[in-house]
Amino acid sequence: MLALDRVSKTYPNGVEALARFSAEIGQGEIIAIIGGSGCGKSTLLRAIAGLDRASSGTVTLDSEVIASPHAKIGIIFQEPRLLPWLSVADNIGFGIADLPASERREKVARALERVGLADKARAWPRELSGGQAQRVAIARALVPQPEVLLLDEPFSALDAFTRRDLQDHLLDLWADTRPTLILVTHDVDEAVVLADRVLVMRPRPGRLFDQIEINLTRPRDRNSPLFETFKRSVLTSLDRSLDRNVPDRDATQGPGQAMWW
Amino acid sequence: MISDAPVLQQSSEPVESAAAPSRLSRYARPVLGLLLPATLALAWELVVWLGWSNGRLVPPPSRVFAAIADLARSGELLRHIAATLWRVGLGFAFGVVAGTLLGAISGYWSLARRLLDPTVQALRAIPSLAWVPLFILWLGIFETSKIALIAAGVFFPVYLGVMGAILSVDRKIVEVGRTFRLSGFAMIRRILLPAVLPAYVVSLRVGLGLGWMFVVAAELIGASEGLGYLLLDGQQLGKPAQILAAIVIFAILGKLTDWLIELAAAPFLRWQDAFSRTKGA
Ligand SMILES: Nc1ncnc2c1ncn2[C@@H]1O[C@H](COP(=O)(O)OP(=O)(O)OP(=O)(O)O)[C@@H](O)[C@H]1O
Ligand SMILES: [Mg+2]
Repeated sequence: MLALDRVSKTYPNGVEALARFSAEIGQGEIIAIIGGSGCGKSTLLRAIAGLDRASSGTVTLDSEVIASPHAKIGIIFQEPRLLPWLSVADNIGFGIADLPASERREKVARALERVGLADKARAWPRELSGGQAQRVAIARALVPQPEVLLLDEPFSALDAFTRRDLQDHLLDLWADTRPTLILVTHDVDEAVVLADRVLVMRPRPGRLFDQIEINLTRPRDRNSPLFETFKRSVLTSLDRSLDRNVPDRDATQGPGQAMWW
Repeated sequence: MISDAPVLQQSSEPVESAAAPSRLSRYARPVLGLLLPATLALAWELVVWLGWSNGRLVPPPSRVFAAIADLARSGELLRHIAATLWRVGLGFAFGVVAGTLLGAISGYWSLARRLLDPTVQALRAIPSLAWVPLFILWLGIFETSKIALIAAGVFFPVYLGVMGAILSVDRKIVEVGRTFRLSGFAMIRRILLPAVLPAYVVSLRVGLGLGWMFVVAAELIGASEGLGYLLLDGQQLGKPAQILAAIVIFAILGKLTDWLIELAAAPFLRWQDAFSRTKGA
């Protein structure tokens, strides 16, 4: 289980990007984090990944405190961030360099197959389309079999069609080993298609505003009326989170948070 | 996949027609570049052959080649080439080692950069030839001062190239290394080295170019052998064909050594070669 206990982050320039964010996320759960720009979503993800240290509060994975990048936690960024000097296959195998060569080759081959890029194994990253490159990034993050996979707006640079394709693809891959997924997104559709639970954040300082359970069976039909209902409730919550006149619901927030002059 | 098909069909024709002229120009371009000097040389050869000029101050190509052949036959040429190559090689090696080490240190540790870089930049502002008298006083008129001068010429571009390359490594890619928990050494080997290699090769080639420039300066100042000595000797004895012969050999050696660096680096830079090819077009 991943536990976030009052995680706060104040940047050196004084910006309070994250204030006492608490959540408990079960193994295998899919979480979508949504919220206005600058409400600390990336900051939160980077704290969980151990890339930046929280100013206070702790992130614990199975009772192990996370303070630096951890083998059980993988991250996928908005850009694929492939290493341009490595072939597609070597990029995918980047995180398992300590394994014996034969085992590595086998895992990479399987991952390539799994993301549908077997024919691109020897290609250079520059020869891939945006969607293909992001699929390689997903494969690279999944090959070491992390227990938690963090995704920071992974599909936001892609066109709507490719995005849908990759969302389905991600669910497919998730079903293999069922890691915990924490996905930051601006796309309500994406949140409702993927997540078991949507966390809505609000800015200044970044904090948790609302949680919405998406009780829909998978695979989810994007056109069903129930899907629309969940979408509407996420949208409503998102609207309220951006409205300064709406007080915080979460009682754990400090006093004064609800003042709205 | 299905969505790919129409895109491919659409683009297949323009791509092919665009590829044809580029393939042509890959061979045509060097030939085009040779056209002007070859024509001029041939014309001059003709002018002298027809007796319209005696070609004493500007000898025609045939006489330059004859001079080269003469020097080669007596074994002189090899001796001079060896002396010059030895100096450039040694000076280049020292300059590259020093430039790489200090450049890497300055690029990697910001404290070292603050300490070191202002001094290096100040030294760089001095025209390197201004060091010649000092080097001669310190190191004598013989090989050491020459090699030091060449090394100094090579040092600066390599230092700047390495430092700049390390400073401009994409932070986002370094972060990828961090998420896979690369240790300091693995980070250098797997992320930093490959990332700086293209810029490093460029700085080596610039450094080598300067090395060739400075070997001429060093050998003009005082030498009893070397291609620069051939230049000086040709001037003092009034043998323009010998001067031109030395110049031609300088050009060939410069191009050749530059090409060797390119060749040695090529296998490591394959991932970006299409990029540089389009850049060259
Ligand atoms: N390195 C930094 N130094 C100082 N302030 C920062 C830094 N990174 C982010 N911030 C600030 O912290 C706040 C939260 O930033 P963050 O990137 O986490 O937002 P976000 O929710 O990911 O936004 P977006 O949806 O636009 O990506 C913003 O006000 C931002 O300006
Ligand atoms: Mg962000």
